[in-house]
Amino acid sequence: MSNPLLSVSGLGISTVQDPRTLVNSVSFEIMPGEAVGVVGESGSGKTLTALSILGLLPRGVAIAGGSIIFNGTDLTKADSETMRNLRGSDISMVYQDPMTALNPVMKLGRQLLEVIESHEKLDDGSVARVEATLREVGIPQVERAMESYPHEFSGGMRQRVMIAMALLLSPKLLIADEPTTALDVTIQQQILALVSEQRRKRDMSMLWITHDLGVVANLVDRLIVMYAGNIVEAGTVQEIFTNPQHPYTHGLLSSLPSRTDKSRKRLTSIPGVPQKPWLVGDTCAFAPRCFKVTAECTASAPKLVGSLEKSVACFHPMGDK
Amino acid sequence: MSFGERTSRILLSTPVLRIGSILSTLFGISIFVFLVLRVIPGDSIVGAFGIETGVLTPEQIADLKVYYGIDKSLPMQYLSWMQSFLSGNMGYSYSTGISIASLTAKSLPVTIELALIGTILGVVMGIAIGTFSARKPGSISDFAGQLFGLRALAVPGFVLSTTIVTIMANKFHYFPNGYEFVRLWQDPWMNLQQMLFPGLVLGIAVAAPVMRTTRSALLETVDKDFVRTAIGKGVSPRKVQSRHVLRNSLIPIVTMTGIQFGYLLGGAVIVENIFSLPGMGRQVLYAITKREYATVQSSVMVFAILFITINVITDLIYRKIDPRIKK
Repeated sequence: MSNPLLSVSGLGISTVQDPRTLVNSVSFEIMPGEAVGVVGESGSGKTLTALSILGLLPRGVAIAGGSIIFNGTDLTKADSETMRNLRGSDISMVYQDPMTALNPVMKLGRQLLEVIESHEKLDDGSVARVEATLREVGIPQVERAMESYPHEFSGGMRQRVMIAMALLLSPKLLIADEPTTALDVTIQQQILALVSEQRRKRDMSMLWITHDLGVVANLVDRLIVMYAGNIVEAGTVQEIFTNPQHPYTHGLLSSLPSRTDKSRKRLTSIPGVPQKPWLVGDTCAFAPRCFKVTAECTASAPKLVGSLEKSVACFHPMGDK
Repeated sequence: MSFGERTSRILLSTPVLRIGSILSTLFGISIFVFLVLRVIPGDSIVGAFGIETGVLTPEQIADLKVYYGIDKSLPMQYLSWMQSFLSGNMGYSYSTGISIASLTAKSLPVTIELALIGTILGVVMGIAIGTFSARKPGSISDFAGQLFGLRALAVPGFVLSTTIVTIMANKFHYFPNGYEFVRLWQDPWMNLQQMLFPGLVLGIAVAAPVMRTTRSALLETVDKDFVRTAIGKGVSPRKVQSRHVLRNSLIPIVTMTGIQFGYLLGGAVIVENIFSLPGMGRQVLYAITKREYATVQSSVMVFAILFITINVITDLIYRKIDPRIKK
């Protein structure tokens, strides 16, 4: 097997003042051309993990340990110029809310050209290149779009522009941070299809962050399940969906509404509320809500063990069906 | 479309509403100033004769009232002033016998020059210090910048003016305003020397609020999503700052500058008197002490028109920097 494109190991993220752990020792790998999904509820640390790869953590939050090796470079130790060169060209990102992610006082064309300008010299072909990418993501009347401001576009169209911006230099890794949550349902499917089509076409690796298991199932090769700042389970989509090992994953899957079940039962839910990552301590984070909990679970934290195809951090995995 | 509908649509269109509101503002100001002047003790006769008014005979006072035009009823006085104001000469200054329009033609350029110099100095200082402060919130440099902002807000213009005059004249024997005022087109170098200190005093007064607005606007914009997008694109930090952060912080800064320009006109009254600049401020103050009603009223109207003009210009600048404001 080839070397991973991205290898995150032991990544910890915490607040700078009065340190509070937000992400606790997360490790995963993304192979060239592979799409990996990260699922978890709000506060599980999935967005922070994604932002930390590009060095875009919000003010007051910083990487506390571990390494992020991209193509042989440790991004946690890279200087600001190395990071700047990487951003937008080797790794690019599509953000959650297209309504706020574009500069409101700059023409869209200008904002797209800025990507090229930051990494290469602008030349006569640059505008044509931007226009071609805009056409690829399904923007009509491209010449007019170049001269438009973000407020003249709908949310779906803005997200297409954001995607074009991310694809412009054909990055090796595309990070999508819930790119469809801010959009309405009919647009969501179009955007999902667009991203996955472009990924195949450009043979990009992808990290797809979502809280919606249903969204990623058809789009990614492998899934990572996060809970309270920890990875609880990881594996191929097939394995996770048909044979979940961690009680949390199991609970998540059984709370998905079924299209075939017409029995009008209440949806299953996991009792309790998610734990704050910094309050977990050296125990299994899911222990307070787990139906299989034993004394062992609160005595120490389970390690993530297994292979790339399937790994779980649990003392009492569900076992094979 | 019926005639009535069309008329009401034109009447309710933005430019018409705008002009209507400007005119009604000016009308309100004219009434207010007119009344305030009548309320303060003393009239034009006392203003001209001082304590000697006491030895005038009732006949003389009656004659003088006719001469100064204060024998008529208040509405008649207002109308006759309004008539001469609108006719273009703005009425006459009794002590000099010159039309207020020609007095204003001489003093208005001085005030505008002073206000412009003050605004430019203030905006440059304010944005520079505000940016410096916002670079690292909570640091020593931020503290220094904020201290400047607080000090500049707290020290009144007349204290700063008299301090500068005293130090420059006494210690350095440099006081360009001791000479007769030179106009810009007569001797630009001398004129700028005479304008520098009063301009600086006004500039500091403008710089303080502009600095504070700049600092908070920058700090707010830095955390916006589109700034993260720009960094994520690989844009260099300097360009992120100038193209994305500063550009989006400009709207509150422009608003604050426009408001401050208005206050400058008020500040000019004090500063012009301390630095003996023959501008509108001096003209108004002199006219108030002499109770030259027409001169005060007409000058205040000029101030008001100037203030409104600044507001309109500010609005035009908004449209230029924020495409979201509909044309």
